[in-house]
Amino acid sequence: MAGNAWRSAMLNLLRKWGLIKAQEVSRVVGAIRTEAPQPRTYVRGIHTVTLIPGDGIGPEISTAVMKIFEAAKAPIQWEERNVTAIKGPGGKWMIPPDAKESMDRNKIGLKGPLKTPIAAGHPSMNLLLRKTFDLYANVRPCVSIEGYKTPYTDVNLVTIRENTEGEYSGIEHVIVDGVVQSIKLITEEASRRIAEYAFEYARNNQRASVTAVHKANIMRMSDGLFLRKCREAAEKYKDVKFTEMYLDTVCLNMVQDPTQFDVLVMPNLYGDILSDLCAGLIGGLGVTPSGNIGTNGVAIFESVHGTAPDIAGKDMANPTALLLSAVMMLRHMGLHDYGRRIEAACFDTIRDKKVLTKDLGGNSKCSEFTAAICERVQNMD
Amino acid sequence: MSATMAAALRGSLVTLVKGLGGPRWQQLASRPLSVSAGLCAPEAPPARADATFKVTMVPGDGVGPELMTAVKDVFKAGDVPVEFEEFHLSEVQNMASEEKLEQVLTSMKNNRVAIKGKIHTPMEFKGELASYEMRLRRKLDLFANVVHVNSLPGYNTRHNNLDLVIIREQTEGEYSSLEHESVSGVIECLKIITREKSRRIAKFAFDYATKKGRNKVTAVHKANIMKLGDGLFLQSCAEVAELYPKIKYENIIIDNCCMQLVQNPYQFDVLVMPNLYGNIIDNLAAGLVGGAGVVPGESYSAEYAVFETGARHPFAQAVGRNIANPTAMLLSAANMLRHLNLEYHSNMVSDAVKRVIKQGKVRTRDLGGYCTTGDFVRAVVDNLRHRPVY
Repeated sequence: MAGNAWRSAMLNLLRKWGLIKAQEVSRVVGAIRTEAPQPRTYVRGIHTVTLIPGDGIGPEISTAVMKIFEAAKAPIQWEERNVTAIKGPGGKWMIPPDAKESMDRNKIGLKGPLKTPIAAGHPSMNLLLRKTFDLYANVRPCVSIEGYKTPYTDVNLVTIRENTEGEYSGIEHVIVDGVVQSIKLITEEASRRIAEYAFEYARNNQRASVTAVHKANIMRMSDGLFLRKCREAAEKYKDVKFTEMYLDTVCLNMVQDPTQFDVLVMPNLYGDILSDLCAGLIGGLGVTPSGNIGTNGVAIFESVHGTAPDIAGKDMANPTALLLSAVMMLRHMGLHDYGRRIEAACFDTIRDKKVLTKDLGGNSKCSEFTAAICERVQNMD
Repeated sequence: MSATMAAALRGSLVTLVKGLGGPRWQQLASRPLSVSAGLCAPEAPPARADATFKVTMVPGDGVGPELMTAVKDVFKAGDVPVEFEEFHLSEVQNMASEEKLEQVLTSMKNNRVAIKGKIHTPMEFKGELASYEMRLRRKLDLFANVVHVNSLPGYNTRHNNLDLVIIREQTEGEYSSLEHESVSGVIECLKIITREKSRRIAKFAFDYATKKGRNKVTAVHKANIMKLGDGLFLQSCAEVAELYPKIKYENIIIDNCCMQLVQNPYQFDVLVMPNLYGNIIDNLAAGLVGGAGVVPGESYSAEYAVFETGARHPFAQAVGRNIANPTAMLLSAANMLRHLNLEYHSNMVSDAVKRVIKQGKVRTRDLGGYCTTGDFVRAVVDNLRHRPVY
């Protein structure tokens, strides 16, 4: 398309003039693509990021991450905000306005685990955040951690899941007593958006192939539409290999040989199941990072485990998931160097096996684990 | 416009859903619809002449025909008193039509037992959204799909000594084939859950667990998101669980279940779930013990039993290359013989297959060996001669 050609020509020109480094391409690309580019808070080289500590072990692991970033001298300034649902004018549940304003300004957020109280009358907080910022893509890179042995080695894949529609549209009704109908919604717009994001991600992160996961042999119209949009997006990104595979075949092959997969893109329900399956391959939700990408350049990175109320406040929590999500955030912002160092420090500490939290098989405290990583990061300079 | 359309849709949906569950559907299906209706003889008596059992065989697509040949070879070598009535029904090879489907159904109703391969569903649809395989299932009301996930002795995977049973509701849920495009670019797909069918599959699961001496039944669901749909399924399972106090009942969310299956599958015993989750977990569990080539499965209705592989794939890449693994189909055939009360022959076939796997000398490519299907079948036939003395 003409727009793409013009954009890449301009990028090449900027690169030739030395105005942008290769690493910052993804960020610049993101900025140019949006219709109304918002100025990101980037004052004197320091990025401001909204931090949502969350509940349960959330505050402890957030503090741990802040300490590690300080030790690494990462140019990040944290703005802490709280998101508890409040009832806005008109009776609609929404997140507090100061949190929304902060996110809109900073564009990048890091979130700890949020608890969903049962029978509180309001929808889950995660759902509310998703709706407020239109977080349409959930990205979960699953990479085997060297020091944490699971039966599956050499896992290195990314699951990209459509996060707004599909089976989780929430449209259900009782037709007659004893018969319930649940509606799965697939729209052209959302499918196109997620497919293009998947290929964009693959290109920006030097990934070789994208696999669309579907069940178009059973749900011929709905998954058929999703598949068509993926195929159309594949046409525009000829440098990334595109394959399609049935969901059951993916599950079958994933547990036998996970190395054959690279980037997987899929609708909501399959994404939920497959991303948790892949998390299980590398060791569970306690070590898996996750990021949610929205429109207008908004991105919220989070840890996907629960709030663990039984160990909250006891300094026993494992900050790895939130830390790896924060590393993902650094990479998204283009700060690859800092991301690499912090990630290496974290993996080295786990590989060493001297200071590990209880869920990783050791019996150290969270603060000791954090201190070990801080030390390593400082020694790395 | 949309309100009346919605009302009309709901009305037709109600009739459809009521029809699917009611007795009228089965009566409709049993009436011969073929052109030669007048020439059809009255319903034949159950085939039990000369103590030879007649079994319907539908080879299907992909490697199905090769696997069926394997079964026939082994049965011939073992003098198994089973006679096959073959029907070649295939959507992708243009060998499908309403008459053929009727023939298969009539044959299955007479024989009551069938063995089949996978009838592949092409992704493009011409008119009907339901594939032939789905229609076969619905007409015979094969509501329960049972997959036996057992580790093979002699073949090591990442998780050894597994022994799971996965029971999946096969007629409703996400596979309702009710889809429509309301506006261009917006497609709705309906997932139907009924109390009657959920109760039926739950009762089947608990009865199965009781019969086979199992301790625990776990229901798999996503009721935190699909509160009404899976909520109804869960409620039905809980109600049925109360009638079986000796069997422990638990439930688990599907994504957590997948994670637990790859980390610690030993915590599960019998799993029961609706249609789509069943498809996922069947294949996942099959992968845990060695792939689609080693897991047998069967489908039950109130009157019929159909035996097939556990993970249903046509495996078109292997057609003609003689590399498919017939273990799953042979083990399923052994289960079929047990169902027909041919205990001796059943044990003979399954012992032979297990012996070949344990010896490890003859293995097909998916288990890490280099042998062809033919080699494997010959090895099984050779091992058949060492009949266990009773």
